[in-house]
Amino acid sequence: MSIFLTENSKVIVQGMTGSEGRKHTQRMLASGTAVVGGVNPSKAGQSVDFDGASVPVFGSVADAMKETGADVTVVFVPPKFAKGAVLEAVDAQIGMAVVITEGIPVHDSTYFWAHAQGGSTRIIGPNCPGLISPGRSNAGIIPANITQAGKIGLVSKSGTLTYQMMYELRDIGFSTAVGIGGDPVIGTTHIDCLQAFQDDPETEAIVMIGEIGGDAEERAADFIKANVTKPVVGYVAGFTAPEGKTMGHAGAIVSGSAGTAAAKQEALEAAGVRVGKTPSEAARLMREIVVG
Amino acid sequence: MDLFEYQARDLLASHGVPVLPGGVAETPEQAEAIAREIAAPVVVKAQVKTGGRGKAGGVKLADDPESAKARAQDILGLDIKGHITRKVMVAQASDIAEEYYFSYLLDRSNRTFLAMASKEGGMEIEQLAVERPEALARVPVDASVGVDAQKAAEIVDAAGFPAEVRDQVIAIAVQLWDVFAKEDATLVEVNPLAKAPDGTVLALDAKVTLDENASFRHAEHDALEDVASADPLEAAAKEKDLNYVKLQGEVGIIGNGAGLVMSTLDVVAYAGEEFGGVRPANFLDIGGGASAEVMANGLGIILSDPDVKSVFVNVFGGITACDAVANGIVAALGQLGDEASKPLVVRLDGNNVEEGRRILAEAAHPLVTVVDTMDGAARRAAELAA
Repeated sequence: MSIFLTENSKVIVQGMTGSEGRKHTQRMLASGTAVVGGVNPSKAGQSVDFDGASVPVFGSVADAMKETGADVTVVFVPPKFAKGAVLEAVDAQIGMAVVITEGIPVHDSTYFWAHAQGGSTRIIGPNCPGLISPGRSNAGIIPANITQAGKIGLVSKSGTLTYQMMYELRDIGFSTAVGIGGDPVIGTTHIDCLQAFQDDPETEAIVMIGEIGGDAEERAADFIKANVTKPVVGYVAGFTAPEGKTMGHAGAIVSGSAGTAAAKQEALEAAGVRVGKTPSEAARLMREIVVG
Repeated sequence: MDLFEYQARDLLASHGVPVLPGGVAETPEQAEAIAREIAAPVVVKAQVKTGGRGKAGGVKLADDPESAKARAQDILGLDIKGHITRKVMVAQASDIAEEYYFSYLLDRSNRTFLAMASKEGGMEIEQLAVERPEALARVPVDASVGVDAQKAAEIVDAAGFPAEVRDQVIAIAVQLWDVFAKEDATLVEVNPLAKAPDGTVLALDAKVTLDENASFRHAEHDALEDVASADPLEAAAKEKDLNYVKLQGEVGIIGNGAGLVMSTLDVVAYAGEEFGGVRPANFLDIGGGASAEVMANGLGIILSDPDVKSVFVNVFGGITACDAVANGIVAALGQLGDEASKPLVVRLDGNNVEEGRRILAEAAHPLVTVVDTMDGAARRAAELAA
């Protein structure tokens, strides 16, 4: 098992005909993902060749779903058009929309998140690397050759720290790694992933990576205390970040005394999470738990 | 991007929010001229992006243009919590009968917008929220619906505004929403929202934060940027589209991915404890691509920082494999030539790492040390900067 994404997932790509979309569609296909279509209203009816695999382009998400049975869309469209693309996916009632695009105005992401409430679409991101269930399916830009299928679940705000952690624990392997994104408003949270990993029989332990900004980690800590029985190892980035400065991710900012790494670490430790001082230490703690 | 008070005031006024006459001055003479035009007592206010300016002597009353000039003279150049005052706002002084509070902001925790309002304004809102939470109405605003007159009335009534100002505050609440939504703000705060003795409600001071991700649809927001106070290295980095933040330390940092770079800063600071408190000198995320050109631009910025004594390049080869990153580093050092004058510690990991390390070993650049682990490399970089 894995969470959110399985070998049966049928993936379409919004923005497949753009340069990023094309590059990463190629990579997703190469890692065995069932990419069944792309969406571009001005290129409907055409198809794109990826090393011999011909992927059809549809005029809308709804058409692509009807023709292919797609249940996941990966969104690569530029920030200007991302709101429209996500709203279209939500209105078509696709199961999951993975929004890779970085730089979406927060008014747009807050709008599409509000619009998706009560609907049937799980939104991952925006400003995220997507998610991978190694050996099964890869929806987004996470390199597929870092690691293999295994028993660790990973949820992270950061892309490269996700890769780093997958690499450090590559011999043990991962059920699913979810990059939830570094924007102030995101669709799927640490808590959603913790719940799913807790319910997934294949996942034995969970790595949770957080960073400065907001209170998602503190809320996750409360959730872990009340609901998670599997071991959780944590890592938090940004102890040296100055107040009031955005550190790369739009959501990574300490505001006054709110959103500090120290507060997040403290909350996680109070919930029984072992928190590594560095990514390598977090990986060592996980190794101790899983391998003994 | 946080705006200065005068910029926030102008933005509010452009959406119809009632404000007092005033203007911004960079010299005492300009302040005098504005006061003369207003032809009434004025208040001269330091324009700094921090609180507590009143206590710091940054807000003064002036009865006539001459004293406005003198007060501006006092305030211009004032250091308020590390912020140098380069401009003052000169606004008509107003007698205040009552002070209220009104704001819209992004509520990250609940992934929605939030209206906050109180009939008890003037004081710091954080203090009010702690001491008398019942006096602060908090009303969520659905981002896909927004605020119309009916929603505004709900907010105003939740805060229990007095009947005689209710209609005025409702109208202002709709106008402020217009500012918040149409300008892509993440904060619009009016404190105080004041009732003058004649019963008119006015925005006397405002804070606005704009979302820089939305700059593609607000070309006019570019002009609001505070170029004068920008750190020169940050400005140079921005010119080259680099995600750079200047910090107070000695180890220059380059990495790929915001999370990994933040983590690198922390690991360097821990390692630096052993070496008399060596700290990271900057945040610099060169993104997933890590091409030679971006690497050269990044290294160029970092090496031009006189505080930097060593550089730590920390790259995880994911989408871009390590051999490409290693070639990028070698090419960047070639491009920089003699400008590259400080020791570089490089840690590469991930895809094609052996090939990447081989390329660096073969290049054998005298300034470059390759260390296999992030923690070990951080330690070495800190040691070199000590």
